Amino acid sequence: MTQLALVIDLNVCVGCHACVTSCKQWNNAGEAGPLSDQNPYGAEPTGTFFNRVQTFEVGEFPNTETVHFPKSCLHCEDPPCVPVCPTGASYKRAEDGIVLVDYDKCIGCKYCSWACPYGAREIDEQQKVMKKCTLCVDRIYDAKLPEAERKPACVLACPTSARIFGDIHDPDSQASRAIREQGGYALMPEWGTQPANHYLPRRKTSVHLHADELQREDNPLKVDGKLPRPATSDPALDDVTSW
Amino acid sequence: MRPAWSVILLTTLIGAGQGLFLALAAVDAFGEAPARFFVAGAAAALALLGAGLAASFFHLGRPERAWRSAAMWRTSWLSREVIVLPAFMASVLAWGAAHYLGLSREAVVFLAAVGSLLAAALFLCTGMIYACLELLQEWHTPLTPLNYTALGCASGLTAAAALAAWLHPPLAPAYAAAALVSGALAYLMRLAALARNARLRPKSTLASAIGIKHPRITQIAQGAMGGSFNTREFFHGRPREVLRAVRWSFLALVFPAPAALLLFPQSLALLAAAFAAQYAGLIAERWYFFAEANHPQNLYYQAIA
Repeated sequence: MTQLALVIDLNVCVGCHACVTSCKQWNNAGEAGPLSDQNPYGAEPTGTFFNRVQTFEVGEFPNTETVHFPKSCLHCEDPPCVPVCPTGASYKRAEDGIVLVDYDKCIGCKYCSWACPYGAREIDEQQKVMKKCTLCVDRIYDAKLPEAERKPACVLACPTSARIFGDIHDPDSQASRAIREQGGYALMPEWGTQPANHYLPRRKTSVHLHADELQREDNPLKVDGKLPRPATSDPALDDVTSW
Repeated sequence: MRPAWSVILLTTLIGAGQGLFLALAAVDAFGEAPARFFVAGAAAALALLGAGLAASFFHLGRPERAWRSAAMWRTSWLSREVIVLPAFMASVLAWGAAHYLGLSREAVVFLAAVGSLLAAALFLCTGMIYACLELLQEWHTPLTPLNYTALGCASGLTAAAALAAWLHPPLAPAYAAAALVSGALAYLMRLAALARNARLRPKSTLASAIGIKHPRITQIAQGAMGGSFNTREFFHGRPREVLRAVRWSFLALVFPAPAALLLFPQSLALLAAAFAAQYAGLIAERWYFFAEANHPQNLYYQAIA
């Protein structure tokens, strides 16, 4: 079976929010209707987003590291939000594993958002229905688009290629390989939701130097001091004598 | 979690309505009372249930689509509740009508039995809506449906005592005694739930939330400056003192205060006051039930910048 998902590389993400704005643009202007904002130019702007970039500081000053953390629906393989929905508006597609909300069936009871441990669902205050990341389902199958553009808007927008889109049930997909070879992990595994989206950890590139590598014993430039000092009367012959 | 008034009213009102019906049905099956007492009782229970049902619509963003929520009864406790509540209301109406029309004893007892089963099923559905959410550890316990049942029965018996003092005084002492016993039982179970929740350790941490193994992680930005659905729906936003005050007030009002008033089963005014005090306590209890629950998603929403 196919399970489409995103693999997000925290080692590469620079926290530029390009995925947030491109997601908002695509899903606000798409056929699913507006993704409404309230008070967008006021003091307390708020609105519905499918994707948010959060920032965390790990460690204590001065040994800190800033981690930018894009967060969206993880399209769980065992989604807790689906069975609790009383109307069937919330469902997981069998053919590609995308978890979707049918905006025409949703009654806006918010029960699904209570069941999601990740806070991935947000109610649209204007349409009064629950919304969440669709993996750009209206884009990835659009045959009118060039093959290379049939990807979620966030993936195309990412300037550092921190987002990989693919089928994580296909062992040869780029996403599966990234998870397998670069230590991809799932969020909050304790709830057994089996998120399809994975994250790649921060990786440090470091070189270990030993003291004898800083002061090489056989450094040819240091060889002078190691040889007996010749007498001034000795004949001069390249570097073994002196005048 | 943010306590929603619609849900607080729904759960407390239908709980009292179910308890009242069970109290009346028990006397109907095993005791004796005039038909007009049962008719008035059925009307009172229906009023409570109807008010609760009306309150629940205010919880929906799209109330005009509420009929759709009967669809997923195979998986969703909320859907089951949506089916059982109207069925129970219909059976209360049928039982009250049977008394009003003076139908045969067998028919009345049969309807009382059906209604009692549906009342029990409704308690289970309402409690399981909350108890089935594994990630809300404060709710994920058998104590949740048990407390919904016990508190509903206690408030229903108090209401039955007040109703009996008004319409059929010989029954009032028995109802008041039953209300005292069930109130004490419910109180002890609620205390057990409080004690359990005080010892809970959250399964999720910031380290598991973002998958970075480090004891010191602080949030710098949550991706929005003016708050979001996530900051509005899952935080009660009240200081600790308010929570403590609500807890103490429900601990005083749910049992001790009505218990003192239930000791005077001859007085309609005191029994009515007992029900009013207990119902006010149940509103505080339900508010605290929601506010106490700590959703793991809150880990992602700890700082705005």
